[in-house]
Amino acid sequence: MGIFESVISGVSGESVSGDESVQFESVQFESVAEVQRLLAVHGYVADEALSISLFLACKLGRPLLLEGAPGVGKTELAKVVSRILSTELIRLQCHEGLDLAQAAYEWNYPRQLLEIQARSRSASDGAQRVAGLFTEEYLLRRPLLEAIDPQRAQSPVLLIDELDRADEEFESFLLELLSDFQITIPELGTVRAVHRPLVLLTSNRTREVHDALKRRCLYHWIDYPSAAKEIEILARKVPGLNERLGRQIVQFVVRLRHVVLYKVPGVAESIDWARALQQLGVASLTADSVNDTAGCFLKHRDDVERLRAGLAEDILQATASA
Amino acid sequence: MQPLNALGTLVRFGRELRGAGLIVSVGQLESFARAFQWLNPTARSHVYHAARATLLTRREDMAVFDRVFYSFWLGVAERPRMAGKMPLAPRHRRSTGPALATLMAQKAQAGDPEVEVQDRSHTANDDELLRRKDFAAMSALELDAVRRLLAARRWEFATRVTRRKVSHRRGRELDLRRVPVQAARSGGVVLELPRRRAKIKQRPVVILADVSGSMELYTRVLLQFFHALSRELGRVESFVFATRLTRITAELQLRNIDRALEEVSQSVVDFASGTRIAESLHVFNTEWARRLLGRGAVVIVVSDGWERGSVESLKKEMRVLRERCYRLVWLNPRLGQPSYEPRVEGMAAALHHVDDFLACHNMQSLAAVAEHLTRLPRRRGSGLSLGGLSLGGFSLGGLSLGSAGRAA
Repeated sequence: MGIFESVISGVSGESVSGDESVQFESVQFESVAEVQRLLAVHGYVADEALSISLFLACKLGRPLLLEGAPGVGKTELAKVVSRILSTELIRLQCHEGLDLAQAAYEWNYPRQLLEIQARSRSASDGAQRVAGLFTEEYLLRRPLLEAIDPQRAQSPVLLIDELDRADEEFESFLLELLSDFQITIPELGTVRAVHRPLVLLTSNRTREVHDALKRRCLYHWIDYPSAAKEIEILARKVPGLNERLGRQIVQFVVRLRHVVLYKVPGVAESIDWARALQQLGVASLTADSVNDTAGCFLKHRDDVERLRAGLAEDILQATASA
Repeated sequence: MQPLNALGTLVRFGRELRGAGLIVSVGQLESFARAFQWLNPTARSHVYHAARATLLTRREDMAVFDRVFYSFWLGVAERPRMAGKMPLAPRHRRSTGPALATLMAQKAQAGDPEVEVQDRSHTANDDELLRRKDFAAMSALELDAVRRLLAARRWEFATRVTRRKVSHRRGRELDLRRVPVQAARSGGVVLELPRRRAKIKQRPVVILADVSGSMELYTRVLLQFFHALSRELGRVESFVFATRLTRITAELQLRNIDRALEEVSQSVVDFASGTRIAESLHVFNTEWARRLLGRGAVVIVVSDGWERGSVESLKKEMRVLRERCYRLVWLNPRLGQPSYEPRVEGMAAALHHVDDFLACHNMQSLAAVAEHLTRLPRRRGSGLSLGGLSLGGFSLGGLSLGSAGRAA
């Protein structure tokens, strides 16, 4: 109760608390090496570049914008980080038309309307009829407001997923949140985080994110991992996977990524494929087993057709001779 | 190193990056400086990745960034520079040499010295003649007049219904969320019911223009047209192709039209060479489509369909392209010739997967194209099958292949 009592500014004329009061208490990475180690312990194989970006995002208290092809582990990173910090993960999945009411807060207007009606019989004074309608009691909290709730004991991880799916209007709203970690509700005042959330944003680049928003974030482009790293990822994600098969899968997928395809398979696809092959009891890749399971890693009709028309054999031969 | 010197170095590095065309804010530099509190300033990878995380905002700038980084921090001037020149981010490139538009005018005049349109009085009759004259037959002065007409005209474009709601007095839906707010103002009495409706937005436009030999004459004028379009509409992505696809959006965004066209001629190496439409479309489909064709985009292909590559693959790429956009329009200047029939093998193949097939050989046809594009239905499906009818009002030989093509 009473998230506003202590932290509202503007309404009661209290001064806004200074920057120093907003901090991460739970985020205590000591060094870049530690970030990398902890990520690995929790099953996320990261390179040094990503570890440095994440480390700096924590230390500088800035949001981290992750861009990269689909299925390279952008969303997964947020999940793992929340596990490492043993803190809550608050996720906002973006979509077209996403607005404040769905992302930050909404007034419980059916209740407000009922209340007005109920009071209209008893109260004769207009002021009485509407008193207290725009208070916390009638406020519905959505993910963004949850994330900066001043009553939190600990910084949560806030994942704003697939930002490129939302529209530009939503981005401009995010500006206030991401630079000051506050949300202004006209009827109530400004809610400000006491424990600043660690914010991770992801984008698949179906649209360019606006520069103003990018400048408030640290930026990291996640590339496809190296073959060695991907083998390591498969070994971690698919327990009991035949080592040789794992290597074959990665070699195949890496070569496939160099072929110009309509939809390039990501790491998520190699993991799916490895699981499928394991379930089917395949010990070693053959043209037949590749073609039968093509749906695991190719998601476009023309790509699958091309694979079945001889591409699979070509790649298998090339990897065998390499 | 003195702390002051260290800070000075960072600021100079920021200035280098800006000099190369990147946008680096003071706030970003500050973050970079603060990063050294926790990082090892003697470890190269730490400095590099910290700089990248704090100062870089888009992947395209990475090559420029790397170059500046290496030359600044490691003094590696001897690193092989591409063609002896530092690449610059497109928005800051300086103007050198004569403008393409001037060149184009000179060339046109040399090729057609007889025609003289000296009368600048701009009577309705002149304008009418100009509007109907084929671009290929125009003199430099006429092309200049066309250019001015294109720049002066206001262009509109197809819109779509978004999923965002905005309040609107005559909206169809009740905006219940705002009822208590209004009621509170009037002492708890609901005096009026606020309404809302879906927001209407311009559709994204993607233009793929052929600049090969057979199209050169028209392409130059069409680039003017698209330039005017992108100034008016904002969200226009432009590509040109002949043997390979080149994105020219950034160049066309420059405000000065001469500069923009000159930029285009610098970045496009294959003006006036053979055409590989299928290959170019394939590159677009695999590398750009996902990023640019969201939100009901309209794709406009400008070409005469003289495909040098395989017709089968052209068919396939057109199908894929059409599956991904809201409307696929093909503009062909040859359609303006009375006797034209799409007999060219490539053109005939492509037509299976085209929604609208329109001419673009003179001002009049361009105006008709613009008009047609503003009249596209706001929602997919509604009126799509009437593609042929929607063209009825125009007096040009446009074929619209709405439903027949889609079913194929």
